[in-house]
Amino acid sequence: MTRSLFIDRTGWIFLAIVLAVAVLVPASNLFLPAGSPFRVPDYLVPLLGKYLCFALLALSIDLIWGYCGILSLGHGAFFALGGYAMGMYLMRQIGTRGVYADPILPDFMVFLNYKELPWFWHGFDMFWFAAIMVVVVPGLLAFVFGWFAFRSRVTGVYLSIITQAMTFALMLAFFRNDMGFGGNNGLTDFKDILGYNIQSGETRAVLFLLSGLALAGGYILCRFIVSSKLGKVLVAIRDAESRTRFIGYRVENYKLAVFVISAMIAGVAGALYVPQIGIINPSEFAPAASIEMVIWVAVGGRGTLVGAALGALVVNAGKTWFTGVLPDAWLFALGLLFVLVTLFLPKGILGVITDGWQRTQRRFRSDGSVPAPVPNAAE
Amino acid sequence: MILALLRRVAPIVLIAFVAIAGPVRAEPVDDALALFATDKFDDTQKGVEELAKSGHPGTADILTALAGGKLFFNPADRMIFYRDASGTLRDARYGAPSTVDAATLKTVRLNNRLRRVVEASLGSADLISPDPGKRIGAAEAIFKSRDQAALPSLDTALANEKDTRVKQAMEVARAAIIVTFPGASDADKIAAVDKIASRADQEAAALLRSLPADTPEAVKTHAEGAVTTIEHKLALWAALQNVAYGISLGSVLLLAAVGLAITFGQMGVINMAHGEMVMIGAYTTFVVQQVIAAYAPGLSEGSLLIAIPLAFLVAGAIGVAIERCVIRFLYGRPLETLLATWGISLILQQTIRSIFGPTNQPVSAPSWMSGAFDVGGISLTYSRVAIVVFSLMVFFALLLVLRRTSLGLQVRAVTQNRRMAAAMGIRTDWIDAMTFGLGSGVAGIAGVALSQIDNVSPNLGQGYIIDSFMVVVFGGVGNLWGTLVGAMTLGIANKFLEPYAGAVLGKILLLVAIILFIQKRPRGLFALKGRAVEA
Amino acid sequence: MQKLFGTLAKTASTLAAAAMVAGGLNAAAAAEDTIKVGVLHSLSGTMAISETTLKDTMLFLIDEQNKKGGVLGKKLEAVVVDPASNWPLFAEKAKELIAQDKVSVVFGCWTSVSRKSVLPVFKELNSILFYPVQYEGEESERNVFYTGAAPNQQAIPAVDYLMKEEGVKRWVLAGTDYVYPRTTNKILEAYLKAKGVAADDIMINYTPFGHSDWQTIVSDIKKFGSAGKKTAVVSTINGDANVPFYKELGNQGVKATDIPVVAFSVGEEELAGIDTKPLVGHLAAWNYFQSIDTPENKAFIEKWQAYTKNPKRVTNDPMEAHVIGFAMWVKAVEKAGTIDPDKVIDALPGTEAPNLTGGTSVMLSNHHITKPVFIGEVNETGQFDVVWKTDGLVPGDAWSDFLDGSKDLDSDWVKLKCGNYNTKTKKCGGQAS
Repeated sequence: MTRSLFIDRTGWIFLAIVLAVAVLVPASNLFLPAGSPFRVPDYLVPLLGKYLCFALLALSIDLIWGYCGILSLGHGAFFALGGYAMGMYLMRQIGTRGVYADPILPDFMVFLNYKELPWFWHGFDMFWFAAIMVVVVPGLLAFVFGWFAFRSRVTGVYLSIITQAMTFALMLAFFRNDMGFGGNNGLTDFKDILGYNIQSGETRAVLFLLSGLALAGGYILCRFIVSSKLGKVLVAIRDAESRTRFIGYRVENYKLAVFVISAMIAGVAGALYVPQIGIINPSEFAPAASIEMVIWVAVGGRGTLVGAALGALVVNAGKTWFTGVLPDAWLFALGLLFVLVTLFLPKGILGVITDGWQRTQRRFRSDGSVPAPVPNAAE
Repeated sequence: MILALLRRVAPIVLIAFVAIAGPVRAEPVDDALALFATDKFDDTQKGVEELAKSGHPGTADILTALAGGKLFFNPADRMIFYRDASGTLRDARYGAPSTVDAATLKTVRLNNRLRRVVEASLGSADLISPDPGKRIGAAEAIFKSRDQAALPSLDTALANEKDTRVKQAMEVARAAIIVTFPGASDADKIAAVDKIASRADQEAAALLRSLPADTPEAVKTHAEGAVTTIEHKLALWAALQNVAYGISLGSVLLLAAVGLAITFGQMGVINMAHGEMVMIGAYTTFVVQQVIAAYAPGLSEGSLLIAIPLAFLVAGAIGVAIERCVIRFLYGRPLETLLATWGISLILQQTIRSIFGPTNQPVSAPSWMSGAFDVGGISLTYSRVAIVVFSLMVFFALLLVLRRTSLGLQVRAVTQNRRMAAAMGIRTDWIDAMTFGLGSGVAGIAGVALSQIDNVSPNLGQGYIIDSFMVVVFGGVGNLWGTLVGAMTLGIANKFLEPYAGAVLGKILLLVAIILFIQKRPRGLFALKGRAVEA
Repeated sequence: MQKLFGTLAKTASTLAAAAMVAGGLNAAAAAEDTIKVGVLHSLSGTMAISETTLKDTMLFLIDEQNKKGGVLGKKLEAVVVDPASNWPLFAEKAKELIAQDKVSVVFGCWTSVSRKSVLPVFKELNSILFYPVQYEGEESERNVFYTGAAPNQQAIPAVDYLMKEEGVKRWVLAGTDYVYPRTTNKILEAYLKAKGVAADDIMINYTPFGHSDWQTIVSDIKKFGSAGKKTAVVSTINGDANVPFYKELGNQGVKATDIPVVAFSVGEEELAGIDTKPLVGHLAAWNYFQSIDTPENKAFIEKWQAYTKNPKRVTNDPMEAHVIGFAMWVKAVEKAGTIDPDKVIDALPGTEAPNLTGGTSVMLSNHHITKPVFIGEVNETGQFDVVWKTDGLVPGDAWSDFLDGSKDLDSDWVKLKCGNYNTKTKKCGGQAS
């Protein structure tokens, strides 16, 4: 744990936990006997897997929001596009097992009288192609969008609102049955992935493990970026964009690069999410969903990466729990959580934990892991 | 067979009966009334026709009752009763008040086909009504039904008619009959076609298009010419209609966004609970209507007017409370206001859901706001016009408050330079609360108007929040005029795109256009000049 | 290093505890001697408006059954969760109900997509779902029982009525852009064309969910209706979009006597949010109306209003579907003598239950039920007056005879044990390979 390593103490703890969970949860599910109290039940595996995917998504948002001041209210779009790319692969794998038993066309196309596969569905029968598309499509959208937006120096609230417009437009587009993505019903009823039954315990365990590895990998990547020189420039942009520009940095290029990377990470999260959940549909594009993602980051602690992942876990676990125990009033609890966290925990849950740690240890080393309070990001 | 026999025998019996009972005459009205008691639509229709032919003095009353669902039959003895305008139950045969137990009676049912028949039959009766509105309505009914039996009464009415508008309507109605009248000459029919064409609307075109096959050639060609002329006119009007609809949609957007232009535009709070303020305004309207219906039914026509200030106060008060409890701790951290207000919006939605339930609540329209009127070839609905006028009134009132009152002056001072304003002795705390309250109150007023055209449900606000942000950002944050121009531009553009691209694609195109527009002008249509923007 | 490990272990245990809490709490309350019934309806979000009533209905039915002594001598216990109108959450909550709460049957879902979302879960965990809403058909699953109307139990009788009674020659098929309206309109289009209606006389229009600005579309309908032929609108517009649609109809003066609108998704609950005076005479086709005058219905409404302590609380068609579905489930469980899903699934086909409109519905071998079809006209009090009804009960048809892809398909879970049997190739489609 020397100064030269780009991962700090919190980071190591986080990585250790993630990897431990990634291995232990599926292992306990597969190898322990059904009656064992330590066995993670079947239904919990994909549920926890979902949290891991959301944590990865939260990381990608924190990368641009916490370290570069870009508040994207449309990150759900990249997540959903990654998910759709994976979903299209899974749809093509159904083959003749659909209700109409058409070897090429998915059920919804038979039903809407498609005679042949739309051009954008070609290639998705191959896993490698779909896997590439999972990062390429969100990356490309982020590139085109960012290219225009950052070059025109659209910042702050304006940027947030047009990212929201982007995801809203995509939602409306994907809702249309004429688009060829299954409309409101989206893509569902998947059978297998790379030849393995998607509902079997083993496949789920592997998917869970992959989600855990992706989260760890995503964390290392983000950590690497923010502690490199690129990361320092990003923080400079976040704190004083004009000044950074005047010093001579091409602010828009830095922003564009990190925005595209973030979109790709979100795409991967989406691709891992879909096979575990079993459905992808346009409501993932809903602006409200994207706002919620930002809230995970804020609840956990913005600009800390670990906090983002923690926030995603806490909010979603809370949601799962409250919708079960308090079905009539869980929105009160959730709403109150958001209000209280913003009011009393400006640094998020992780901020509280580290502050407490600091107080008890009294030998906290500032290594840049907890950045100074985030200034007004609307410039 | 038996019926025929009865008909022959009946007069004899009835003559004997009349001799005993006095004024009662034998009439086919008994047969007609009997048909109402079978509870079959076909029989009821025959009954209406026979009743109209019978010339029974109570015909109009019976048919009015039938149309209003106030005609009853007794399933036991097949007697027919009706409830008159004052609510008295009367025997249909003699018109005498009846003491029969209303609970034993069944309503004579109607369907749409019957409603048309009744309307047409009533049409002739209403032609001589003293109310000109009713006479026009009657003429319209005849125009639609083209009932040739109505011609004599129409002619009599025409001869006595003084009011030019009523006369015009009657002449058109007469022309509609003449066009298909077997006895009329070709010249008459051609003149009738011209008369109908003078209406120059959809109904006229529809009538002329659907002339029966046995219409003479000359009349047909003339009608086709007239239809083409009408269609040309209508196409012109269609473009204007799009503008009118666009303005109407724009005014809805304006109403939804104008409160946000204060809380977000002036104060910089990314107020995700804005939609819920609109919703609260709508629910206030609902409560006001319920209370008025329960305690002061006489005021129901004015319930919306009463609701306006109340909605402002309720939403405004909630706004002030939110500002005092949450937002004042978050100034200088605008993105965090997004998170907190999002939480507040969830709480408010769930609160309303817990109090009123998740279903839609009915908010009725006062009679002066329902219905439509025609301007040239476009038909405008009163409610939409009222909303356009209302939104502009709200907008200008707000502008006036901000520009011409001391509160407005202080608001502008605080938003431009908080510390300097404080140094000048302005209570910035209080101004913040008032400003947020003002924005929320205006949103509440918007809710009153939106309750007229949309669902009053806990989800009402969600539908408007994104559009509102688009309008404010497109127009330029911090500029009220920008909000006005933004709302109208988006409304009209949407309505021009809709016929070509469809509702969904039109909206997508518009969103893409906004995204591109922001690239061109990163601070919206009317960007604030000066250093304030880089604060 | 030791310290690090200590922290790690502590955090891990916290996490594990969080996960247990996340899934575990309402299982703890379970007593052994009850039979659990899952209720999977959205209580928040966009669908709460329709689905909350169904949750209340289930609680009411379970309450009534418990008063009668429960099932198999055990009390029933409702497990209510909120999938929050979020489709992936439906799947998650279904899993929670079946795997964790161990419910023996689930009553739930409203939208097609929520049903599609939970389908794999029910198949995988082998449980039973009762789905109470009219839907597009084109589906028949072993684990699902469809108590709502299939298209042949709603759409086609309605169109027949309009042709016969109103003499309609020209048709507007207006719907929300999702699978139910798309299918219904496809079926109707094929049906109308088979009846000799020209393509020019059919106008099809789709709008997004929650569409609120109807000015243009209503004026288009008016224009389409002014071609001199009697015109009607067949509306498959969903949920929230209906209120602004009807308000616009009323405002623009489209009266039922000129252009009647027959709706398949507008019931008493939806009308409760509208001032119905301008809408008198517009139509709806359902398998149940609150206004239907039978002793069963009267008794049901009385009890329901007493249970909800609201004398104005309305009833509607999907509620009746739950009433029938629940009664069938109770009978099937008692017939099978167990709550074992396989046995109950086998016991259900052929089970009869009285419906509220005076008939007896039967669960068919394709897991759909027989229902009467009623056409009602909106009246001034927000209720429907029935103007027409089918002579007997209409059996639900999972696979429409008017669609290319499905006319050769058949479903029979009793003899064929197959939901999509192809009568031409004599093969069971989905399970063949």
